[in-house]
Amino acid sequence: MSDEYENKSGYQAQSSEALTGSAGSTPDMDYVRPAELPEQDLYHGHTFLTKWVFCQDAKVIGVQYFLTAVFTGIVGLILSWLMRLQLGFPGLAGFITAEHYYQFVTMHGMIMVVYFLTALFLGGFGNYLIPLMVGARDMVFPYVNMLSFWMFFVAVAILMASFFVPGGPTGAGWTLYPPQTILEGTPGSGMGILLMLISLALFVIGFTMGGLNYMITVLQARTRGMTLMRMPLTVWGIFTATVLAMLAFPALLVSAIMMTLDKVIGTSFFMPTILKAGEVLEYGGGSPILFQHLFWFFGHPEVYIVALPAFGIVSDLISVHARKNIFGYRMMVWAIVGIGALSFFVWAHHMYVSGMNPWFGFFFATTTLIIAVPTAMKVYNWILTLWRGNIRINTVMLWCLGFIVTFVNGGITGIFLGNVSVDVPLSDTYFVVAHFHMVMGIAPVMVIMGAVYHWFPLITGRLLNETLGKWHFWATFLGAYSIYFPMHYLGFIGVPRRYYEMYDSPYMTSAVGMNEFISLAAFLVGAAQFILIFNIIKTLKTGKPAPKNPWKANSLEWHTSTQPPEHGNFGERLPVVHRWPYDFSVPGAKDDFIPQTTPPSEVVHTKVEKT
Amino acid sequence: MSDPKIDGFELKPGFRGMASDTGSDQTMFKGVHWGKAMMWIFLLSDTFVFSCFLIAYMKGRGSTPVEWPNPSEVFALEAFGVPVPLLLIALMTFVLITSSGTMALAVKYGYEKNRKMCGWLVLATAIGGLTFVGMQAYEWSKLIHEGVRPWENPFGAAQFGSFFFMITGFHGTHVSIGVIFLFIYAYKVFAGHYENGGKRGWFTTMKGDYVEIEILGLYWHFVDLVWVFIFAFFYLW
Repeated sequence: MSDEYENKSGYQAQSSEALTGSAGSTPDMDYVRPAELPEQDLYHGHTFLTKWVFCQDAKVIGVQYFLTAVFTGIVGLILSWLMRLQLGFPGLAGFITAEHYYQFVTMHGMIMVVYFLTALFLGGFGNYLIPLMVGARDMVFPYVNMLSFWMFFVAVAILMASFFVPGGPTGAGWTLYPPQTILEGTPGSGMGILLMLISLALFVIGFTMGGLNYMITVLQARTRGMTLMRMPLTVWGIFTATVLAMLAFPALLVSAIMMTLDKVIGTSFFMPTILKAGEVLEYGGGSPILFQHLFWFFGHPEVYIVALPAFGIVSDLISVHARKNIFGYRMMVWAIVGIGALSFFVWAHHMYVSGMNPWFGFFFATTTLIIAVPTAMKVYNWILTLWRGNIRINTVMLWCLGFIVTFVNGGITGIFLGNVSVDVPLSDTYFVVAHFHMVMGIAPVMVIMGAVYHWFPLITGRLLNETLGKWHFWATFLGAYSIYFPMHYLGFIGVPRRYYEMYDSPYMTSAVGMNEFISLAAFLVGAAQFILIFNIIKTLKTGKPAPKNPWKANSLEWHTSTQPPEHGNFGERLPVVHRWPYDFSVPGAKDDFIPQTTPPSEVVHTKVEKT
Repeated sequence: MSDPKIDGFELKPGFRGMASDTGSDQTMFKGVHWGKAMMWIFLLSDTFVFSCFLIAYMKGRGSTPVEWPNPSEVFALEAFGVPVPLLLIALMTFVLITSSGTMALAVKYGYEKNRKMCGWLVLATAIGGLTFVGMQAYEWSKLIHEGVRPWENPFGAAQFGSFFFMITGFHGTHVSIGVIFLFIYAYKVFAGHYENGGKRGWFTTMKGDYVEIEILGLYWHFVDLVWVFIFAFFYLW
C-alpha cells in the first residue's frame, strides 16, 4: 500500500484524502463521504426470551453459536478418546465393538468438520466480529440471523438424537459413501443415516440464512470510510469462506436429498445393481461415483471454509501481537480470494483411487498444486510480519506460532497427496489421517484458541489467566504433535485407516507401541482442553477486569462505546474510519498503534502511510 | 427508475464504474436495497442447487444401462383423440412465462406507487403460478396412473421416474412457496403496507417498501428461468 500504487491505479475514491477535491468543499484532510444509508432500526429485546434466547443481536447469536459448537466439539473429542482407546489398547474397553468404532469415527468426523469448525468460525466468530469490525450496528437481517442459529440448534439436536435411536448413529465414515451407507450391515443404516441426512440438510438451510447476513453486511453495511481494502483480514477470511459455503453447500444439500430418497422410497440415484448373499437387491442402475463428485464438490471447499477464517484471524492476531503491520496486506487479500476460487477446481483429488481417466487426475493434481502457491505466500507473509516485529510472547502469540508450524507441516504433506502417483499408495493410510488433522484439525483449532484468548476480554470484560493459558498451549501443542507426527510414519509403513483392529497383521510389531503412545498423547491433549474450561470459569468468577483495548489493537471492535459492546455496538454515533487496522509502531506516533478511527490531521507529523 | 445519486459519489458507467464502486466505502452496490442484494445472492446459491440436480440428472441418465424413455411419447396428451407430444408442457410453460410478464408489470406499477394496478398484477401472477402448480399436479397424477414411480416405470430406466419426480417436485416446491408469498404480498399491496413510509413487518421491524415487490419478482423470474432449463433437459432431450 505505497503511494506509488495509489497513483498508478487511478481509482482514488477509497482514500479519504483523495476525496477532498471531489467533494468540492474546503480542503479538509479528514473528509469522509457522508453516510449513504439511514441508521438501522434495531429491535431491542425486553424480556429474557427476546434478550437471551430468541435474541436478534448478532453478538448474542455469535455466543450462542459458539457455545453450541463447543458442546458438539466436546462430544467429538470424547468420541476421539474412545477411538484411540480401541486403537491403542484393542480389547481393553470391551464395550467398543467394531460397529461402535465405525460409528465413533463417522460422528467424530462429521461433528468436527461441519458442526464444530464451520459453525464456530462462521456462526461464532462471524456473527460476533463482522458487524463490529466493519462498523455496523448489527447484521443486516437480525431476525433471519436469529432463525439461522435456531435452525443450527435443531440440526445439532437431530444429530445428537441419532445416538439414541435403534441401531445408533451412522457408521459409514464421514464421507457417507454409497452404496454401503444405506445398506443393511453398515451400523446405523436405519434411523441413524436418516437423521444424519436430515440434520445436514437443516444445517445447510440454517447456514444459508446466516451466510446471506454475513455477505450483505460486509458488502452493503460498512461504516463511513470502511473500504474493502481497509477491512481486517479476519473479515476477509470469514467473508470469502461464506461465499464458498453459499456455493458449496448446495452440492451437499442435493446429495443429502438424493440419498434420503434412495434410503426411504427406494430410488437408485447412487445405487448400482447389488448382489447380496446371492440375491439381487431392488436397486440398480445408479452411480456411486456421482455421490462422490457431489460430496467432494462440497467437501473440498469445506476445507477452505474452515481454513480461510483461520487464515484471516491469525493474520490479525500476529499483526497485533507482533506490533507490526501485516506484511503484504493486498497480497493476503488476493491470496484468500484466490484460494477460495481455486478450491472449486480441485475436488476430485479426493477420488484418485475411485478410478478416473488419467488426464482427469492430471488436471486435478495440477490445480491442487497451484493452490499451494497462494497458500505459501500467506505463510511467508506471516513469517515476514513476525520478522523484526516487537513480538509479545503471550498466549495468543504462542497459539499463532503453533498454527504456523502445524499448518506448514500439514500443507507440505498435502503436496505429497496432491500428486496422483504418491497419493495412490498413501491413500487410505494413516498418512492421510495425519495430513488432514494437521492442516484442518489442529491448525484451525490453534487459531480458535488464540482467538478465544484474544477476544475474551472484549466479550466478557475480563482477561484470561496467562499462566494457565501457557500450560494449555504447551500441553495441546506438544501433545497434538505427538499424536499426528508419528501417524505419518504409520502411513508410510502402510497401516490402513478406518480399521477397527490390526489383528495379527505384520503391522502389529512396529505399529503397536506407536499406537499406544499416540493414544496416551490423545488422552492428554483432550484433558488439556479442560484447562481452558477451568480458566474460563475461574476468570468469569475471579478474573481481573480487562482494561479497555487491552492488546492495544486498531480495529473497530476494540473502540466501541462500552466494553463488552452493547446492542447497537457503537453508542450514539457510528465510527468513521480513516485507515486500515494495521498501523502499528508507526515512526513518530504517540503510541505504537493508531486506531482506525484516528483522523489524518492527528497524525500529520508521523510517517503513517496512506491506506 | 432513475440512477440513484449517492452523496459525494459519482456513479460511473462500465468497468471503471464497477471498480470505483468496489473500491469505495460503505456499500459495494450503490443504492441497492439490502433485501435485493440478499435475494440475488440467495438466487446464486439456489442456482447451484438446481445445477447440481441437473448435472446429477445428466450423469444418472448417462450411466444407467437401461434405455431412457422417449419423452415425446411419455409426455404426450390426447387432444381430440390425437396424441399431441408436449401439449401440456407447452401450456404450462406458456402460463409460467406469462406470469413472469405480469410480475414485471407489477414491479413497474409498484415503483409508480400505483397501488391498485400493482396489487391486481401480483394477484394475477399468483393465479398464474397456481395454475402451473395445478397442471403439474395433473401431469404427475397422469404419469402415476400410467405406472411411473420414483423407483420404477414401465417405459424404461427407473432413473427416469426418480429424477423426474425429484427435480420437478423440487421446482414445484419453489413455485408453491412463490405462490404463497405472492398471495401474501398481493394482500399487503392492497392493504397499503407500502404506502406512506411503509408499515413495519410482522416479524422484523423493517419498514415495508415497494422494493419488496421487486425482490419477490426476482425470485419469481428465477423460478421461471429454472423451469426453462428443466423443460429443455427433460422434455426436449
